[in-house]
Amino acid sequence: MQAVEQLLQQLVNGLSLGALYALIAVGYTVVYGIIQLINFAHGEVFMIGAFSSLTVWLALFKDNTALWVFPFMILAAIGGSMGVAVLMERVAYRPLRNAPRLAPLITAIGVSVFLQEAVRLFYGDIPGFPDATQALPFPQIDVVTGTPINVAGVLVQRSSIFTLSALVICTIFLYYFINRTKTGRAMQAVSQDPDTARLMGINVDRIIVIAFMLGGGLAAIAGIAHGLINTNIDFRMGFLAGLKAFTAAVLGGIGNIYGAVVGGLVLGLVENHGPPSTSPAGSVAARGKTCGPSRS
Amino acid sequence: MTAPALQKSSPVAGQVVLDATDVTMRFGGLVAVNKVNFSVNEGEIVGLIGPNGAGKTTFFNCLTGLYKPTSGTVRYLGKTLKPQPVAVTRAGVARTFQNIRLFGNMSALENVMVGRYCRTSAGVLTSILHGPRYRREEKETVEKSKELLSFVGLTDVGDHLARNLNYGDQRRLEIARALATEPGLLLLDEPTAGMNPQETGEATDLIFAIRERGVSVVVIEHDMRFIFRLCDRVTCLVRGETLVEGTPAQVQSDERVIEAYIGSGPTHANKPATEKSLDEEAGA
Repeated sequence: MQAVEQLLQQLVNGLSLGALYALIAVGYTVVYGIIQLINFAHGEVFMIGAFSSLTVWLALFKDNTALWVFPFMILAAIGGSMGVAVLMERVAYRPLRNAPRLAPLITAIGVSVFLQEAVRLFYGDIPGFPDATQALPFPQIDVVTGTPINVAGVLVQRSSIFTLSALVICTIFLYYFINRTKTGRAMQAVSQDPDTARLMGINVDRIIVIAFMLGGGLAAIAGIAHGLINTNIDFRMGFLAGLKAFTAAVLGGIGNIYGAVVGGLVLGLVENHGPPSTSPAGSVAARGKTCGPSRS
Repeated sequence: MTAPALQKSSPVAGQVVLDATDVTMRFGGLVAVNKVNFSVNEGEIVGLIGPNGAGKTTFFNCLTGLYKPTSGTVRYLGKTLKPQPVAVTRAGVARTFQNIRLFGNMSALENVMVGRYCRTSAGVLTSILHGPRYRREEKETVEKSKELLSFVGLTDVGDHLARNLNYGDQRRLEIARALATEPGLLLLDEPTAGMNPQETGEATDLIFAIRERGVSVVVIEHDMRFIFRLCDRVTCLVRGETLVEGTPAQVQSDERVIEAYIGSGPTHANKPATEKSLDEEAGA
């Protein structure tokens, strides 16, 4: 009986980790689908989301962990991530639209390093803000964090519930957006044939910006989820999470949004079922607590 | 599809719809299109012929903003067209492609609906929130798209993915999609390439019907019988330059045209050329 419970426990933990990867992976896949660019700075968009959220909390709601603060943090994260994503497209990628493939790829790595270092060096310079050269504690909001919920012997972290429901909502939203709206139709058209899409009067540049915003928004939510799961955030968190999410996107077939979601979940499950489930030491709940992209 | 009575109905030379002056397109040292003057009047069907490599498609690309002409201007209804596809489409010029370029993974209906994109105004937020104006617009888009599908005779396959349609249907879908942008001028790049005589006949009727909707048409084709039956005027391009311009009868009997194609009599001459191009199209 205990073995079954343990398996279920790992399943839950794996799914929550996978949901995190999936949210980030969608950003890779959407952008790739539109302009065939692997945006290696996407992990940093995720990191900026977490930091934007923390920033708003520190500036406006310091020491307040009431649930009503949480929507503001989510909005801040989405705003920050979308802003950075749009800015990097405008400044770094658009001038290279017709350059050889390798140029934007290298640029993406440059943008990634730039954003990491910018946070590391300058975050602490904002008056009243902590130094970001080390990990910073992420506000543990009531209701979405706290004592895990016991479902028939399986401990489910509240942050896992948040992450998984966020993924479900985002996936439904994406399906609706891509298939049921005019802009979504235009995005499909651009991803299949940009030149013809232009001839249908579609502003391709705008569609590209929307793709970056979409990816940024989901990465922002993943950033918050990461903060809640791991209880702290640091400027390097985007690197590994980004790499794993990229793997998930490739696993699901890059360019395929639902593939990215499935890829993320599969990666999370597999990763979580590796070493931890075979090692006898430690309580299952504790492993659930520590699992996260920055573990290794 | 359309009554034959329509066919000779409107070679009425109305106002000038399209007016291209001295359009030149250079690729490095190669002059693909050299100082071509070209005009289309309202309600006209104009043919553009010439051997492969004469610059016909390049000229279309210049007209539709896919290429920025090295020099020369293109005016549509008196206004200079910016060489940008979006601006050209908004102004009212639509086109199809020599090798079909549909959005293969979208349904036929969706393809046509994408064509309506530039004639609807709902922004991103409105379309996510499905506001009343968006819903009204979207309903209109679906209705008009369905109307266009039935106009080209594809009512039954609206739900099929575009890539699963047969060749002739794909051609017609591309025309429906182009018409969805509400053009005043439609540019057709080899609309009957790879078609059998019966399909070619249907295409002829379709193009006449398009003119009945008040759309002027320019057609690139290698099939001379098709061109001469269809067009009010014909322009022959050779090596990027206008060789002859005139009525089908004038062009048909012009020795330079015959020579440019093969070098013998017209009825014998155009046939091998046609078949050759058909083979190439089928292989493409």
